[in-house]
Amino acid sequence: MRCFLNWPEGRKERGTDMKQLFTFVKKEFKHVMRDRKTLLLLFGLPIVQIVLFGFALTNEIKDARLIIVDYAKDDATQQITEKFRTNSSFNIEESILGAVEIEEAFKRGTVKIALIFPHNFEQELIHEGSAQVQLIADATDPNTATTLVNHANSIIRDYQQALSTNKPAKSILIDTRNIYNPELRGTTNFVPGVMALVLLLICVLMTSVSIVKEKENGTMEILLVSPFNPFMVILAKAVPYFLLSIVNFSVILFLSIFLLDMPLNGSILLLFAASLLLILTALSLGLLISNSTASQQAAMLISLMGMLLPTMMFTGFLFPLENMPTPLQVIANVVPSKWYYIIVKDVMIKGLGFSAVWKEMLILFGMTSFLLIISIKKFKTRLT
Amino acid sequence: MNTLIFLLQKEFKQIFRNPTLLRMILAIPIIQLSILPLAADFEIKNINVAIIDHDHSTYSRDLVNKITASGYFVLVDYGDDVKEAYEYLESDEADVILEIPIDFERNLVRENAEQVFLAVNAINGTKANVGGGYLANVIADFNQEIRLEWASRNEPTKAPAIEATAINWFNPLLNYQFFMVPGILVVLVTMVGAYMCSLNIVKEKEVGTIEQINVTPIKKYHFILGKLIPFWIIGIFVFSVGLFVVARLIYGIVPVGSLGLLYGYLSLYLIAVLGIGLLVSTYSQTQQQAMSLAFFLMMIFLLMSGLFTSIESMPAWARTVAQFNPVTYFIEVVRMVIMKGSDFTHVAKHFVIMAAFALVFNTWAIINYRKTT
Repeated sequence: MRCFLNWPEGRKERGTDMKQLFTFVKKEFKHVMRDRKTLLLLFGLPIVQIVLFGFALTNEIKDARLIIVDYAKDDATQQITEKFRTNSSFNIEESILGAVEIEEAFKRGTVKIALIFPHNFEQELIHEGSAQVQLIADATDPNTATTLVNHANSIIRDYQQALSTNKPAKSILIDTRNIYNPELRGTTNFVPGVMALVLLLICVLMTSVSIVKEKENGTMEILLVSPFNPFMVILAKAVPYFLLSIVNFSVILFLSIFLLDMPLNGSILLLFAASLLLILTALSLGLLISNSTASQQAAMLISLMGMLLPTMMFTGFLFPLENMPTPLQVIANVVPSKWYYIIVKDVMIKGLGFSAVWKEMLILFGMTSFLLIISIKKFKTRLT
Repeated sequence: MNTLIFLLQKEFKQIFRNPTLLRMILAIPIIQLSILPLAADFEIKNINVAIIDHDHSTYSRDLVNKITASGYFVLVDYGDDVKEAYEYLESDEADVILEIPIDFERNLVRENAEQVFLAVNAINGTKANVGGGYLANVIADFNQEIRLEWASRNEPTKAPAIEATAINWFNPLLNYQFFMVPGILVVLVTMVGAYMCSLNIVKEKEVGTIEQINVTPIKKYHFILGKLIPFWIIGIFVFSVGLFVVARLIYGIVPVGSLGLLYGYLSLYLIAVLGIGLLVSTYSQTQQQAMSLAFFLMMIFLLMSGLFTSIESMPAWARTVAQFNPVTYFIEVVRMVIMKGSDFTHVAKHFVIMAAFALVFNTWAIINYRKTT
């Protein structure tokens, strides 16, 4: 029954096949090029995003608003306050608040942390040899809270160390070197992530939607009853998006190197090869989605709503994957961008070669083949 | 009024006629909300450390024992081969390398000071900071023990001490899920509203049914309202399921603040978000255009909303961009009301801003929707 539409009468020559494909690709290209708005978005979107996120995203905590409640107002508290003022992590909100106002400020969300000096701070410090300060952190965001408390603690500890005159004996000094990213810039971490995200999602979205569109408009039926090989119809749909994605990737790469100062320590060819592989994976995934859905809305629901957040979180550039519970780590393994992200980091930043990333590339290749086989199996040459 | 009711009837029929789609609209957010917050955890556990020990003394072994006993570290390599350790770092099997030099113990005792080397894989800045910081703390503790050991033999040194006590308000157990669940819920509700709504009018354009509506005496705002209300209801429904079923049963999150305030803000927020959806669809001719535009906006809204990374740490221009992002405000309000129990006076500013968003986007959409081509 399935072969009903597969023209049985004799084999065509290879040359004609290629010509057919070429004609189809030309048709698809015209379709894509004619839709200026989509085209603009297709190119504008990655550019805007890579620049925006490359510059804006950071895990570093800077300028957290701090209120200092100083009941003592003596030299010691002034000196500590000055230390906080010069630290880039904090941004002091001048105030003379009491305990009630602190709670108000937290509930309003205007401060992240409060530092409270009790009465007679300096006196107790000097005469009794110890004094207390209190830190109150807004722990709605536990990560920020912990980091801020640690920062505050170390500022206080520094001050305390400066007080003690005698040099501490038997010191173990620590010389820390930050490998691969000496300035601890957020870009190094986020740019490869955004690259993976943008390439994957745009590709999946565009392919899945453009094929379903033909189904929805009814033009797919016409194509299927025509004497063209149905697989060629699909292949031709993928070609323009494949080429556009390559252009997109080149633009993204160019921007991240020349605008965002990303290093490119490894081979650019290897990076391109890996990116082609990711694009192919994305195309096959888009193909599968389009074969499993009947309307553009459904295709979009899966490729956007279903994929956006999981891809973001399981790629590994926002949250460390190795902290996740084991079942989630297993889920992360099926997210193609996770592997691509590892490759990009290895090649661009660490400057490693093929021998370091062949495993990840093999996995991407395996995913692509698997997705392609399933979507070909699911592909119906007949409409119901 | 009658016109509106008929329009609503039509919209609801269209939505319910496609049960697969409806099921997807409800299932995708719920499944994601049940799983994704578990993945969002900054807490750094199990830092892989490779130790190069050139000394092999009692002190160096004590230090290694102390590091492995601290519970934060997994020792992946111990030896005196530098190259091997760096290979571990290269392949991501080690996050930190600690190098203990030759004569570590001797120099520490005789010269009163000795240096150890720490090499941190800093591609991920946070992890590098935290991992390196933990290790530095353990070493400092070890250092303190040695000093005490020697101090008990000699004269004890006394320095004034400042004791800092830290209290974590609103989330004493530092549960990261309490922070993530409300935020992810907001994003999911936004996606349902903005995506579905933006496709809706465009679909009528693509199929051609919009012409039929255009020739009827239906008013522009009737048409827009008819498109808005169904998704407003779906949005509220998804939010409620997320809040009362997923957040409460799976994560045990019970809002501290008033539910009325939360729902009041949600209603306003949905109007604004749906307005954006409508605006997108009035500017697009095909569903594909609407989709790419909605995707573009959604990704910016998401990453610039303070959901994953804090807005305050961004550069000034980025903070300005974030101020025009409605998602930012709703995430803030949801977190404030659910976790801190903030009341209306605390979020009054947020209400005003969101009302302005709602007004601007919807008016814009109504103006931009032309009945003639």
